[in-house]
Amino acid sequence: MSQSRFQRWFDLKGWSALLIGAPYIWLLVWFLLPFLIVVAMSVATNTPTAPPFSFGGEHPWVNWEPFSRVLTDGLYLRAFLTSVVNAFVAMIFCLLLGYPMALGLTRVSTNWRNILLMLVILPFWTSFLLRVYAWMGLMGKNSWFNGLLTDSWNFLVPMSWAMKSVPMMHTNFAVVLVMVYTYLPFMILPLYASLERLDPTLDEAAMDLGSRPYQVFWDVTLPQSIPGIVAGGMLVFIPAAGELVIPSLVGNAAQPMIGKIIQDEFGQARDWPMASAVAVALLILMVIPTMIYSHYQAKAERLK
Amino acid sequence: MSAPDVEPFLRIEGVSKSFGTFQAVKNVNLSVSKGEIFALLGGSGCGKTTLLRMLAGFEEPTSGQIFLDGRDMANVPPWQRPVHMMFQSYALFPHMTVAANVGYGLKHEKSLSKEGRAARVAEMLDLVQLTQFAHRKPHQISGGQRQRVALARALARQPKLLLLDEPLAALDKKLREHTQFELMSIQERTGVTFIVVTHDQEEAMTLSDRIAVMDKGEVKQIGSPTEIYEFPQSKFVAGFIGSVNSFEARVISRDKGHLRLDVPALGGEILARDVAGAAEGQKVSLAVRPEKMRITKDRPDTPNAVAGHVKDLAYFGKDSLYRVILPGGLVQAHAVNARRGDEGAFMADWDDEVWVSFDPSSAIVLVD
Amino acid sequence: MKRSPTFLITVMCFGFAFFYIPILSMIVYSFNASRLATVWGGFSTKWYVSLVSNDAVVNALFLSLKIALVSATFATILGTMAGITLARFTKFRGRTLFSGLVVAPLIMPEVITGISMLVFFILMADWVGWPGQRGFTTITLAHITFSMVFVTTIIQARMIQSDRAIEEAAMDLGSRPWQVMFDITLPVISPAILSGWLLAFTISLDDVVISSFVTGPGSTTLPLLIWSKVKLGVTPDINALATLMVLTVGIGVFAAGMIMSRTERRRQLDAQMAFRSDD
Repeated sequence: MSQSRFQRWFDLKGWSALLIGAPYIWLLVWFLLPFLIVVAMSVATNTPTAPPFSFGGEHPWVNWEPFSRVLTDGLYLRAFLTSVVNAFVAMIFCLLLGYPMALGLTRVSTNWRNILLMLVILPFWTSFLLRVYAWMGLMGKNSWFNGLLTDSWNFLVPMSWAMKSVPMMHTNFAVVLVMVYTYLPFMILPLYASLERLDPTLDEAAMDLGSRPYQVFWDVTLPQSIPGIVAGGMLVFIPAAGELVIPSLVGNAAQPMIGKIIQDEFGQARDWPMASAVAVALLILMVIPTMIYSHYQAKAERLK
Repeated sequence: MSAPDVEPFLRIEGVSKSFGTFQAVKNVNLSVSKGEIFALLGGSGCGKTTLLRMLAGFEEPTSGQIFLDGRDMANVPPWQRPVHMMFQSYALFPHMTVAANVGYGLKHEKSLSKEGRAARVAEMLDLVQLTQFAHRKPHQISGGQRQRVALARALARQPKLLLLDEPLAALDKKLREHTQFELMSIQERTGVTFIVVTHDQEEAMTLSDRIAVMDKGEVKQIGSPTEIYEFPQSKFVAGFIGSVNSFEARVISRDKGHLRLDVPALGGEILARDVAGAAEGQKVSLAVRPEKMRITKDRPDTPNAVAGHVKDLAYFGKDSLYRVILPGGLVQAHAVNARRGDEGAFMADWDDEVWVSFDPSSAIVLVD
Repeated sequence: MKRSPTFLITVMCFGFAFFYIPILSMIVYSFNASRLATVWGGFSTKWYVSLVSNDAVVNALFLSLKIALVSATFATILGTMAGITLARFTKFRGRTLFSGLVVAPLIMPEVITGISMLVFFILMADWVGWPGQRGFTTITLAHITFSMVFVTTIIQARMIQSDRAIEEAAMDLGSRPWQVMFDITLPVISPAILSGWLLAFTISLDDVVISSFVTGPGSTTLPLLIWSKVKLGVTPDINALATLMVLTVGIGVFAAGMIMSRTERRRQLDAQMAFRSDD
């Protein structure tokens, strides 16, 4: 068997270089480089040129002003707070609703489980925008759903509190509700994956040693599903905190979330350095929970 | 040891269990006395594990009753039964230390103080010699140690009945032998009644006082290891426990405590021990264990002797297994190898012409 | 103990009602004759008719499908390469950066990805004169970049499960590394590649935020069209469009699920038969 030097080189080195190189270079060029430009832009100066930023002028090289505005201007701080609170509340509700659902999925028969799992995954494949839109239809003043809520409210409370309709659209409540709706599968699936892996004989062992089912849950099931809770929590919190579509459609325009602020600074105000500084601050905010998450994952890996 | 004639400690009465149309356990009746090691022996799917799970309370019998120490166990949930189980997978809680695992059941003993609990855990760890591993997690100890943690955890609450699901299956051969004796000595020291589920006949024979052999959900035979081995009552039991040479036979006559059989495979008439239920002219099976077969060079002076020649032999050191071709078929004979130079020592070789013989008392007649 | 307590059943019923009532309501109202989207005014299919005859919708749909098809294919190729690389090559220069680059787009807020790509395209046009106009090309490039990492995640998970020994066996039998990949690795992970492609396709078809940044005049994808209409409120023709999209996807996923569970059951049955014939 004779082979050319090129063939030898290709088999030993070239092939793996191609395999690694193509996606690597792609991500460097189309992801890392644009991102670094944004990071650089966050310390540039806003100018009325096109593109609307430059280095130099009255702030040579580094201009910390956008960052100091992020930390001091109430507009940005309020937006950050709104984002974090909305995302956190949505995450908690996703957990409260998703945990029993995921646990329930592990308890039903295999046939039912396959059907129900498909029903959980199905919304993933349907348009995100349309899922948000579906709630707009329900929450509007004249909708049957709002009517139902209004009637039950008026039935339950004294006359003086009666309402013509429940104000849902354009509130933070609506933002959280739609976030829970769209991100619930992100909570259920990792929880289900971690609960499904648990050995059912551990439950039996705990029961055999004298624990009632609810004690089994606290002692055995819950502690072992913490990695799943953390994973699900991160998968909900991170995209929810940076969400743009949901607050624009159903949120309160007077209480914008941080995604909207970035968009406005970039588009309407044409202050690219400011938009970049807010973006970098948002990223730093997200890196913290991600670090916690990877810490837990590494711990879980070590346990195996 | 056999069960004494008092009210048994554990009584299983006509218990059956069905899953849909599948009947896992069929009308099982069993009695186990206090302090016994009782084995449920059978292949996979014979219903032994289902029976065990009904004792633990994880399954409810479809019909029949279970009495433990005089108390009907129906509708008693697993967490209220004085029955603890050592799971086949050990089912140790991965997020708790060894000590926390052992102490887990004790937290339900309201009468026990914190110190009392710690003392009991220490005592249990001492019993299984794991004191120095108390603060390790289950994945930081060896398989044999995990098995002992599982045992200590199940024993910590001093159950009336300890269920052991394939206790030795996950251990390697060397460790298994050692652990077997340790289990027996722990049982002796604690006096707890053990019910062992196993598919391994050797494990059942060495561990237990009595064995119930199960097949297809039914109990085929209950008895001491010797009874089960020497006097199997059915072809299934004879074949399941140890190996056996089995032949078709017909009863010629019945006299003086013996049966005279016609066994075509052995080329003629054979004398065997009498059994109940055998009638003249009836078709029966004759079973002879390989180690009950003698191999000699000359015709021995016994009624049951057939000439043949050695086809195959497997040498194991202390003994050898021979496959001998007889006029009517093949038999297996297991012979202890004599010391070289002993008087009359005979070690047959390939293609040797030999005589195969066995005592009438070793010939088991099976009527079913 | 396979009983599921009433509490879990109740929550599950509530959860699935929560999942599907909004969608069902939207489907029902798409047949509403009234122009007021939320007030029932009798049954009608007129919104579907007006939808099909609406050129803007049809054009947007075709543009979206074209972008999704191209970007999903490239994303699958690149994502598969990255997934195989990360699962098989444990040591190479810059692996840490690479594994970071593969995760970062997953957690990066879409707004930031969108802005950084747009800025990059604008600066590139300034420096090298390309891209002259934003549209199909820029949207496709952006979609490839952020959907390829989803493919990578799927492929990597699948590769870690698969048995390395079969690849070593092929090499032992004389195959070169690239032959091993085409003969063994890719066929074994082909279901994962297919689901990766489907995921990339859906992500592209579904994207609003990033597309809204990198698009240019005249290039309106279907989500962008819906986005601009939905911002103004609920309208019956969007109900009809949503119904069509949800039903198409729903039927597709349902059929795929059925086929998959059937082949899985078949496989289990075969394994059982083989096991029995072993006894």
